[in-house]
Amino acid sequence: MSARDEVLARIRAALADDGQANGHRGGHSGGDGSAPGYRTQGDLTGEPLLDLLADRLTDYRAVVRRTTEAELGAAVGAALEQRGVRRVVLPPSLSLPGLPAGVEAVTDDGLSPQDLDTVDGVLTGAAVAIAETGTIVLDGSPDQGRRAISLVPDYHLCIVRAAQVVEQVPEGVARLAARAHCPLTWISGPSATSDIELKRVEGVHGPRTLEVILVGA
Amino acid sequence: MTTFLGFPTAPKGVGHLRTVQPFPVAARQALGDAQLRRNIGAATATIRAKRANVTAELPDWEALRSAGQAVKASAMRSLDRCLVELESQVQARGGTVHWARDADEANRIMTGLVAATGAREVVKVKSMVTDEIGLNEALAAAGITAHETDLAELIVQLGHDRPSHILVPAIHRNRAEIREIFLHEMADVDPALTDDPHALAEAARVYLRRRFLTARVGISGANFAIAETGTLCVVESEGNGRMCLTLPDTLITVMGIEKVLPSWNDLGVFLQLLPRSSTGERMNPYTSMWTGVTPGDGPQHFHLVLLDNGRTAALADQTGRQALHCIRCSACMNVCPVYERTGGHAYGSVYPGPIGAIISPQLTGVEDNATLPFASSLCGACADVCPVKIDIPSVLVHLRARHVEEVRRTHRKPSAEAISMAAASWVMADPRRYSAALRSARIGRALGRGGRIRLLPPPLSRWTSARDAPVPPAQTFRDWWRTEHGDTP
Repeated sequence: MSARDEVLARIRAALADDGQANGHRGGHSGGDGSAPGYRTQGDLTGEPLLDLLADRLTDYRAVVRRTTEAELGAAVGAALEQRGVRRVVLPPSLSLPGLPAGVEAVTDDGLSPQDLDTVDGVLTGAAVAIAETGTIVLDGSPDQGRRAISLVPDYHLCIVRAAQVVEQVPEGVARLAARAHCPLTWISGPSATSDIELKRVEGVHGPRTLEVILVGA
Repeated sequence: MTTFLGFPTAPKGVGHLRTVQPFPVAARQALGDAQLRRNIGAATATIRAKRANVTAELPDWEALRSAGQAVKASAMRSLDRCLVELESQVQARGGTVHWARDADEANRIMTGLVAATGAREVVKVKSMVTDEIGLNEALAAAGITAHETDLAELIVQLGHDRPSHILVPAIHRNRAEIREIFLHEMADVDPALTDDPHALAEAARVYLRRRFLTARVGISGANFAIAETGTLCVVESEGNGRMCLTLPDTLITVMGIEKVLPSWNDLGVFLQLLPRSSTGERMNPYTSMWTGVTPGDGPQHFHLVLLDNGRTAALADQTGRQALHCIRCSACMNVCPVYERTGGHAYGSVYPGPIGAIISPQLTGVEDNATLPFASSLCGACADVCPVKIDIPSVLVHLRARHVEEVRRTHRKPSAEAISMAAASWVMADPRRYSAALRSARIGRALGRGGRIRLLPPPLSRWTSARDAPVPPAQTFRDWWRTEHGDTP
């Protein structure tokens, strides 16, 4: 018997005495049509929702910049300038009014990890942001690029638009359902560790600085 | 009580699930280490406060716990179908799925997969299950070096040490000890390295950077796997996980079969329960999800190894089964008065603390970890914090009963527990016998000092081997009553 068949046979034998073994299927909700009992929909919209996201991002040591669609180019320029970025990696298609003079855009045409290690930062869009936890999710779309570009450089500048922001985790998960097969990266602040005496230290292997440009409606 | 008999348990001689010495012996040694107790006491106090804050923040925390419990119970009841669905989804997206009956088989499969790439070293994401099966040792035997990349696992690996906590494996080390390990074991480390946690984290970053950028094979466990979509999920903080899951060309993930969740939306529950219960954060810094292979992004070869290693034996026990619901958050060990004093090493298994005391004996068979179900005062703090409401005290009591039953069955004689319970029942069934026994117990006062008896004669010595007994009062209540009120009951 193959290992697969044997493990499956053991499971079926283990469940054989179980009256409900063939009954309930699926998760907490939907299966039997009942409400799940926990919150699945937030109350906040508009500015208060963005305020919550900004507050939670800042709480986990991300840098937050608020702007409007019209001012986006200027905000990106200011962020890159302030950080002193000379070379920035861009995903294949990120619509931008243009980078400030003196900043070189490095297009990702399959850069090696070593190449990525030599640039000053990366600029991406986002798929979803979750306000309650201060989380940004990337799904590998052309405005976000493959996972390595937002991982190896030490500075990640991320543009989040108001329409991408939800309040709670279950809302974010539901929005991502159609993108479940894409590589997803959930980011909540810069990399951190609590491994030494359980004290939180920001900045280990991922980008040590996360800056978010929040674009209002 | 016999249904789980006949289900193969985790094999001996491989991995880290069995106690080398009985818990009471190991605990007594650990209790002698004051530094260890201080380190663990300080760390668990910190994390308890953080967890309490972020769980109090959510108005629906209890509803989330109930949902987590219900999802896990449903996943276990349909485990065969969930795994088959997971397998077909992963395969449909270009991944390869392997099944392993036990640790030996998983190690053989994974060592073979690494060897086939020609790589002589691998980078590893922190993973409990690889430690459970002793993968690093198996790789080493095949001439392959495994580099742990989680900071705490690195501290443990460089310190030639064993993990003592499932979330913070180096919780027993303080910053000064970590600095010493780095100075001693890291080539090219700055000799002026201080014990500031920022400086220590920076030293680890520099040490591991080159390994990440050149790694060809990554190895990980999984926090969750979604049957419906075939999506694997790893939750972490440092970015070492992202490095291992993204940069190598080959990724090998091993997971216990109990990690599967039925549907995508279940993540909405577990991605709230896990970070708030483990590190006490609203969300951990990084969570990676992937499904099979994505052309042009990340590893182009993905292998998933589904491991039994005693899990189906636990599944067959309808009371013990809930131990398989564990999401490895470690909240139970952080609140456990026993763990806080002994630390994790005393439990002998990679799964220490209250949850370890019900997982390890079920994976190995109770007789191979017979002292662990007794490593608890049954205070219930663990059940109160468990994000999926595992009733740990009830399972502990159930496993104690299984042990007693097993001893009776194999030795064809009653166990010490059974003898003392039978004696107590005979004494207590008759008022005269009971009075006489209480009076004779006063003889015990001669053995006591400072109101405690440290050692009783057999068979009661089994009680006092792990705890003191109070000295009986000079006059029993029944004697006092008779003096005051005459002989009427």
